[in-house]
Amino acid sequence: MILTKAQYEEIAQCLVAVPPTRQSLRKLKQRFPSQSQSTLLSIFSQEYQKHIKRTHAKHHTVEAIETYYQRYMSGVMKDGTAPVLLELANEVDYAPSLMARIILERFLQEREESPPSKSVINSMLRDPSQIPDGVLANQVYQCIVNDCCYGPLVGCIKHAIGHEHEVLLRDLLLERNLSFLDEDQLRAKGYDKTPDFILEVPIALEGHIIHWIESKASFGDECSHQAYLHDQFWSYWNRLDMNFPVTCHHASFNSLSVGRWMKLKHNSISGHR
Amino acid sequence: MAAVLEALLREEVTAAAAVRWLARGVPDAEDAPGEAAALAPLEPLRKEFVPFLLNFLREQSSRALPQGPPTPAKAPGASGGRGALARSGRGVRSQLFPASAEPPAASFGEPPLARRGGGGRRRGPVRERGGRGAGGPEEGGSGDSPPWGGSWRPRASSSPNPSPAEPLNLSNLEEFPPVGSVPPGPAGVKPSRRINPTRVSAERSLSKPKTCFTSPPISQAPSSQPQVLDNSPWGLDLPLGCSSLQEEREMLRKERFKLLHQSPAPVGSALESGLPVPSRTGSLTPEPADPGKVSCQQRLQLVAIVYSSCITENLVPSLFLELFFVLQLLTVRRMVGVEDDDLEPSLGGPLKRPLFQNIHDCVFFAVQVLEHQFPVLSHLDKGTLKLLAENERLLCFSPTLQGRLRDAYEGSTAKVSLLLSSPAQAVSFQPETDNRANFSSDRAFHTFKKQRDVFYEVLREWEDQHEEPGWDFEKGLGSRIRSMMSQLSAASSHSHFVRLFQKQLLQMCQSPSGTGGMALGETPDPDVLSMLGADKLGRLRRLQERLVAPQSSSGPCPPPTFPGWQGFFRDFILSASSFQFNQHLMDSLSLKIRELNDLALPQHEPSEEDGESDVDRQDERKQFASVLLSLRLLAKFLGFVAFLPYRSPDPPPTRELQESALALRNQVPPVLDVLTLLQQGLQNHQAVLTVPWLVEFLSFVDHIAPLLDYYQNVFSLLLKLYRSLILSGESKRRICFLNKLLLLAVLGWLFQIPTVPEDLFFLAEGRPDTLEGDTVALVQGLDTMPVVDQQLLYTCCPFIGELRKLLASWVSGSSGRGGGFVRKITPTSTTALGPQAPRTSQGLQAELAQAFFHNQPPSLRRTVEFVAERIGSNCVKHIKATFVADLVRQAESLLQEQLGEQEQEGGAPAQLLEALCEQICPEGTQALTQGREFCRKKAPEAVRVLLPEETSSAVLRSAEDIAVGLAMEKACSWLSANITALIRREVKAALSRTLRAQGPDVAAQGERRGCSRACEHHAPLPSHLISEIKDVLALTVGPRDPEEGITPEQLETLLRQLKEMLQCRQFLCPISEQQLAKCSVELASFLVADQVPTLGPPGPHRLERGEARGLLQMLLSLWHEDFQVPVPLQLLLSPRNVGLLADTRPREWDLLLFLLRGLVDRGLMGRVEIETCLRSLHQAPWPEDFSEELATLSCLFLAEPQVPGPRLRACELMRPPRGTVLAQS
Repeated sequence: MILTKAQYEEIAQCLVAVPPTRQSLRKLKQRFPSQSQSTLLSIFSQEYQKHIKRTHAKHHTVEAIETYYQRYMSGVMKDGTAPVLLELANEVDYAPSLMARIILERFLQEREESPPSKSVINSMLRDPSQIPDGVLANQVYQCIVNDCCYGPLVGCIKHAIGHEHEVLLRDLLLERNLSFLDEDQLRAKGYDKTPDFILEVPIALEGHIIHWIESKASFGDECSHQAYLHDQFWSYWNRLDMNFPVTCHHASFNSLSVGRWMKLKHNSISGHR
Repeated sequence: MAAVLEALLREEVTAAAAVRWLARGVPDAEDAPGEAAALAPLEPLRKEFVPFLLNFLREQSSRALPQGPPTPAKAPGASGGRGALARSGRGVRSQLFPASAEPPAASFGEPPLARRGGGGRRRGPVRERGGRGAGGPEEGGSGDSPPWGGSWRPRASSSPNPSPAEPLNLSNLEEFPPVGSVPPGPAGVKPSRRINPTRVSAERSLSKPKTCFTSPPISQAPSSQPQVLDNSPWGLDLPLGCSSLQEEREMLRKERFKLLHQSPAPVGSALESGLPVPSRTGSLTPEPADPGKVSCQQRLQLVAIVYSSCITENLVPSLFLELFFVLQLLTVRRMVGVEDDDLEPSLGGPLKRPLFQNIHDCVFFAVQVLEHQFPVLSHLDKGTLKLLAENERLLCFSPTLQGRLRDAYEGSTAKVSLLLSSPAQAVSFQPETDNRANFSSDRAFHTFKKQRDVFYEVLREWEDQHEEPGWDFEKGLGSRIRSMMSQLSAASSHSHFVRLFQKQLLQMCQSPSGTGGMALGETPDPDVLSMLGADKLGRLRRLQERLVAPQSSSGPCPPPTFPGWQGFFRDFILSASSFQFNQHLMDSLSLKIRELNDLALPQHEPSEEDGESDVDRQDERKQFASVLLSLRLLAKFLGFVAFLPYRSPDPPPTRELQESALALRNQVPPVLDVLTLLQQGLQNHQAVLTVPWLVEFLSFVDHIAPLLDYYQNVFSLLLKLYRSLILSGESKRRICFLNKLLLLAVLGWLFQIPTVPEDLFFLAEGRPDTLEGDTVALVQGLDTMPVVDQQLLYTCCPFIGELRKLLASWVSGSSGRGGGFVRKITPTSTTALGPQAPRTSQGLQAELAQAFFHNQPPSLRRTVEFVAERIGSNCVKHIKATFVADLVRQAESLLQEQLGEQEQEGGAPAQLLEALCEQICPEGTQALTQGREFCRKKAPEAVRVLLPEETSSAVLRSAEDIAVGLAMEKACSWLSANITALIRREVKAALSRTLRAQGPDVAAQGERRGCSRACEHHAPLPSHLISEIKDVLALTVGPRDPEEGITPEQLETLLRQLKEMLQCRQFLCPISEQQLAKCSVELASFLVADQVPTLGPPGPHRLERGEARGLLQMLLSLWHEDFQVPVPLQLLLSPRNVGLLADTRPREWDLLLFLLRGLVDRGLMGRVEIETCLRSLHQAPWPEDFSEELATLSCLFLAEPQVPGPRLRACELMRPPRGTVLAQS
């Protein structure tokens, strides 16, 4: 499925200042019925992450944290069963899971008089029943299951998608009789940085020579492409081959696509020697 | 300049800040403001600091290494004012073409040993101080510094001035071979009071250039002191004042000489005799050095830090020169005592006190510097490391450094042989270029034939005669060569002859590792081997090395020389003195250089683990070395011929002449576009190939060439490269350490060549701009590959071996015990080694093979060698993949057994590994047999395929046999050396794998199974299901719209899909599975608490009890049958999830009870476990009525009969209760 840039822009337009909740996603689905949920979620997530990156800092000032905490406290004093934390997050335009983290951190700090370790926080977010306060546990849980862009559940979904695509890609390669080395084999050979697959014999795809393949689960807009290029691409380039630096991923530079590997399946692939 | 040093010594400025200041120029943000303030006014002097420091150290050490100026004429400007600048003149360093009356030809005509002395030949000093000896004016025109010694002396000093007052330098190299040895016996020489410094400096004001010996010639401003410029840099004719000074100097020297011989020398009567004192006498016992007696540790440490940092930052012109100097300090034997009034009173500040007050100071300083330079030291050859590690002074001053050196020595495999072997063989007839069709006429063809014969005749004669005394090349061969050259009339004949000449040159002169017979050439002569055995062969080699290898190259900065056969070719060129020949030769050399320089050397895979690729890497290194050495040889001759017409012993005497020469020659295009080649080399990351030959080429520049625009660019690029090669730093270019070291060594050497102006080094701006190519993304180039080893390093830079000789002579001199370089040689019978020794069949075979190739087209040889190389390499890979892998499997099964036993006995894995290896490794010998078999089978096939169909069967068979032999040799030599280590490594890896596999969660993974073959993987994707369950949970906890809900059918579908997916598992990863397990438990809790909002026919309502039970059943079955990760079932009874019940009214307990029973029935949780959970639940704060109900539930559950059915038992046996393993998700 290839999405044009215009289509992407249109979807992204609808996502400005929308909280990352189940309801928002549902509305999005109604607005774009032709797009799959995973595509929409991926774009949503991508756009929202950009938004959070821009605004992240202002939610982490001492004053902001204090204000949020006080508002949370007075909220749950009034009614512990109301979605206090979730509404607070939506109101200040911040991701519910991240808000939950702020409040949890602040809460533990007050209790234990020392900033809790990151691993403790993470473990409590993953399993709120470890949170010593029942009300807070429920509030945090509510934030996490309702957040569709951040939080341990979303993280797990993304990881699962990544893994699934890798498996799909491997199957496609096997099906096409393309000989490859996967990450584990590469690591065993001593490569320090490895893409998902290196083709033992390069192939030509749409006039490009493809030497290795890295599949990205996240949606590739131009911005994330840049970042990805910066982080990973060059490090592969330096190691693998300077002559055949073509990657095949989820989305390409000019035409955004979910699962570029699909093209691999449908396009004619010529073996290349 | 001294101001900086003073500030440092006064601790106004930290050493680190000073170095930053030096390297970058601007005070850093890191510097304290005080430091910045102290350094800021000194900014204009920054460039002068390094030369100042170097001279300062040389001068300070002059009493320890008395070869230097007796009393340094101190520039009064210790404050380092601009005044020092005005006096700066050019220091002269080594003289390649000494300023003697000899014609250049003769100067080239001499073997290096004889020429070494430069102006004062034979009288030549023995000891290089490796110093830019503070050649102040009172040094006069001395020949007392070796012109080639790398000392920085005024150029004016090059006039020969045989001074009688130089007894200490008289020793002669032939008699006392190791040059660069210890300070001779000026022990007890006291600096003569007769040399009145004040007077001298008074004289100076009248005299010649205010040459500050410490400074490089910065002030070139012609307007201010024109005559300075006319004379000082080139200075043959000294100004009047100077020559009178010269006389004075002479007188002083004589006085000093007398004093020396009158003064009672405590040791060494030889000194008193006035006879030449050998540079290295065993009788001269060194003063002991004691770390406790160091006079001012802190000062020395500071200076050592600054000095080391200058070395590390490549601010000094030659790394190895400095190392040599430091080692000289380390091995100082004796030191002239200090007398306070010797010191110049005008000096103030901390510099007043001499830096080295006694021998202890010298050694302490040296050891300090060596500590900083450990990385370089550790890359020296094994012999040097041994000598360093055994140096008792080092041990005494820094046991840590000694320990590190010892470790480095023990770990080092860098045995370096300086032996040059020269397989003299004629270039065979090359049909493709040498046949009649390539000549214009029959006559030309026959002329060439004759010339070829004459050429070899001349060569053979030279071979026989050139070492005989009295034989002269020109006299013996000159006329024959010239008459032969005169017959070469047609241009084409010239090119033929040049081709022959060049090929012969390459064949004969390319040093040790040789080109041609890659394996044939290297194997020890089998005859000798069979006679002596491998062990003795090594000794024989070493002996041969000592006898044959040039004992001394000439100090740490030798001039370019033409050793061995190269001498013939040089003399041939000179005697032929044919313009046409030279031109053709240059063309041909240039072409060949370009060809070799562009040769794509194979690149191995980036980071494959060692092991198998070692074989290839070895070959790569060999190939690289061979190409590099060829290039250097060709470039050397190209440089020699190209600059020959411009060469003169002295620089142009006047600036006008120089200017006009510059103007003229700026017009002429360079013989080879080395600038472009250099730029390309840098861009393509193969500086390590390009720079070494370029340096050879440039080492022959005449005095004018470096000033030409074109070569200035070349030099400045080289300088930038030099500065950027920080050894310790992880540079962006990622050049291997030894590659860097080679580059530094050759460049450092180049900067010491006398015709290369030294201001080039110090005047250029400190920091390197980014080198071209830096901006390009990192690529794999030769630079980043370990192509240089110590052997190549020492072959290219024999002067590094001087370090070893220096240390060796210390050993021999100091303790008199054996060992070291100059051990006595016990003569043994040589009859067995005579030329008539019977040849073994093996040796004969090798020669036959050589002969065979000689008469075949070169492609045959290339093919055979290529096949041998590849098959050898493949053989190793094959053995690794089959034989070694089998052994490892064997080891693994053994390990499994032993692990079982071990559980009873309890032994450490390390011992286990040892035991295993002992058991397995002996079998490694079979690898050789298998390897041979492999080669025997594969090599002939490959040869047969690769050679032309028409090859005669006899030739084919021979080629096959040779290929098999070579391949076997290659594979077996690698295998026998490495097989044990390889097996050990693999077994170790297998062991750690197995041990890891013993871990608890991996055991669970072992049980993991995929879907059946028939499965088409149509189950929903895990990510989708997580997302779905997440939605249900979100809906459940709200907030939700009033009409929102989920139908029981939807829930059922979800659980069914979950089951399908868990059975397919194609796309499942453990993390997803864990998350799904956790979510399913949470879903169960919500079902139990009846909180899932369901949509029924009339709208939102609650699930019917039956539906809920059905769903719970499905969940129980999922947990029981489908999940393969631990399910966190205990969460069902966590206060939070049970607490959900508290909110519902009326409370429904029977679903919980149902679930608990289900858990127990299916063996998912034990009763005891549930009991514990329930009990701990009571501790939570509940509403009172809830607590009561909970208690009732507990009673109810516990009261049930504990009769596990047979199914349950079976389950418990098969898999332990899941709940006991907590999911850590």
